[in-house]
Amino acid sequence: MPKELWKGNEAIAEAAVRAGLEAYFGYPITPQTEILEFLSRRMPELGRSFVQAESELGAINMVYGAACTGVRVMSSSSSPGVSLMMEGLSYIAGTEIPAVLVNVMRGGPGLGNIAPAQSDYNQAVRGGGHGDYPRIVLAPASVQEAIDLMGLSFDLAEKYRMITMVILDGSVGQMMEPAEMPALKEIHRKGFDWATDGAMNRERRILSSIYLNPYDEEKTNLRLLKRWKDVQASEVRYKEYFLEDAKYIVIGFGTAGRVALSAVREARAQGIKVGLLRPITVSPFPHEVLDQLTGQAEAILVTEMNMGQMLDDVLLTVRGRVPVEFYGRPGGVVPFHDEILNEIHRLTSGTLAVRTDPRESWLTRMTAAS
Amino acid sequence: MQKEIIIAGFGGQGVLFGGQVLAYAAMDNGLDVTWIPSYGPEMRGGTANCTVVIADREIGSPTVKNPPLAIALNLPSFDKYEELLAPGGTLIVNQSMVDRAAKRTDIHVILVPCNEIAEEIGDRKLLNMVAVGALLTAMTEVKLEDVEKALGGHLPARHKHLLPKNFEALKRGFEHAQKEWDKIPA
Repeated sequence: MPKELWKGNEAIAEAAVRAGLEAYFGYPITPQTEILEFLSRRMPELGRSFVQAESELGAINMVYGAACTGVRVMSSSSSPGVSLMMEGLSYIAGTEIPAVLVNVMRGGPGLGNIAPAQSDYNQAVRGGGHGDYPRIVLAPASVQEAIDLMGLSFDLAEKYRMITMVILDGSVGQMMEPAEMPALKEIHRKGFDWATDGAMNRERRILSSIYLNPYDEEKTNLRLLKRWKDVQASEVRYKEYFLEDAKYIVIGFGTAGRVALSAVREARAQGIKVGLLRPITVSPFPHEVLDQLTGQAEAILVTEMNMGQMLDDVLLTVRGRVPVEFYGRPGGVVPFHDEILNEIHRLTSGTLAVRTDPRESWLTRMTAAS
Repeated sequence: MQKEIIIAGFGGQGVLFGGQVLAYAAMDNGLDVTWIPSYGPEMRGGTANCTVVIADREIGSPTVKNPPLAIALNLPSFDKYEELLAPGGTLIVNQSMVDRAAKRTDIHVILVPCNEIAEEIGDRKLLNMVAVGALLTAMTEVKLEDVEKALGGHLPARHKHLLPKNFEALKRGFEHAQKEWDKIPA
């Protein structure tokens, strides 16, 4: 299919439709409302279900119910709205059913603002809801990647009976880029052996997240972890730029990653051996490749649009072998590439030490600058 | 190759569409392109701007601090982007909305009375196309005929009757800017 100019949010909505989305439940919130708006028109057009729920709580529990029947179902929201969905997400995780949730992140905490941010990384990657559950988290950096990852998100959710979250910052949602859509697929129901889709002529199935006997719950927890090990082994995705001979490694996801790409290119033009690792799955995190890169690195720079959340995953992998530095713009600020270029120059100055918390020196520099 | 363009003005001056037209033309030329608006609760009636990045490779940052090219459709945008423009860059200024001359001498400032030209054509809303036409004198990646083709190809059918006047606005802006360039000593 030819490329068309797509706005991120609308592209996500159409890509979900083409991947076989049968039911959408949501509640408007900037900067993701175009997803809901687009689907409010598109879903009825195809005879599929669209409900604007009374609240985010309502929406996620409708997702929960629909997901139990084994159809492709999703919701989308932005940071404060996603917080409201956390209880439902935990129930979905505990019930081991597939569902997709898109978070077009904005500045926080609290009501915050509607500007692009990446400050829900921890909420998405480390849990957010109660209980001990793994989840897959995809982080597109462009409109095309968002389209491609929507299809993948449903496949992964079904394959592992797990929540897949797609997290992007508001700027990917609002941006237009040329992109190619996959063909519209016919709805193909898979007839999952766990789905509660009508028990005519078969034994009744029960889906629930309740295990009153702690030993049963423990067994369930361990089953989830075992399944997560499979996800970690097979589903890690990332993109590498100029890494082959890189002595300095920059790591960033989503928009922070693509802004870093501009900085890395300019640094390369200046003769600096620097490369970029851009995780696409932030959960499972690309620990293995980073571990290898640590072996060739003199120093590592983590750049995020938050106060250092993915940074902890990097520190866990690097384990003090080389200095790790951090540069972040929290609160809804998108960095310009020259800020990251300055950080690359600092990296190459050769006076860095291995530190427990790279946020400390970053905070000192940030407060001195303002 | 990479070029960054910022288009800025009041909400309602067609800032965002002006950028989209460039984005469509770049895409049709087989280039990669990003179009990103400033968005916020303050937009309606306030200032609006969008950034277009055109490149022949995967685009990194979709925003830029010091663009080589910009269009300022009103005075606040002129004030802001005259300061931010990269040295050697070109700033197209809507002369109809500003009351001062350029301060910087290390950039090219091209004054175009966009409102008056649009009104002469018979539709004041076309001021954005006049400005885009003028901008095209400062870039080679997208040509006047590319933008015309893009407009023809991507404008919704219900707006197709507006094409001739859009073409005229682009052309008038282009021609006016060319005359301004001729006045600049080599």
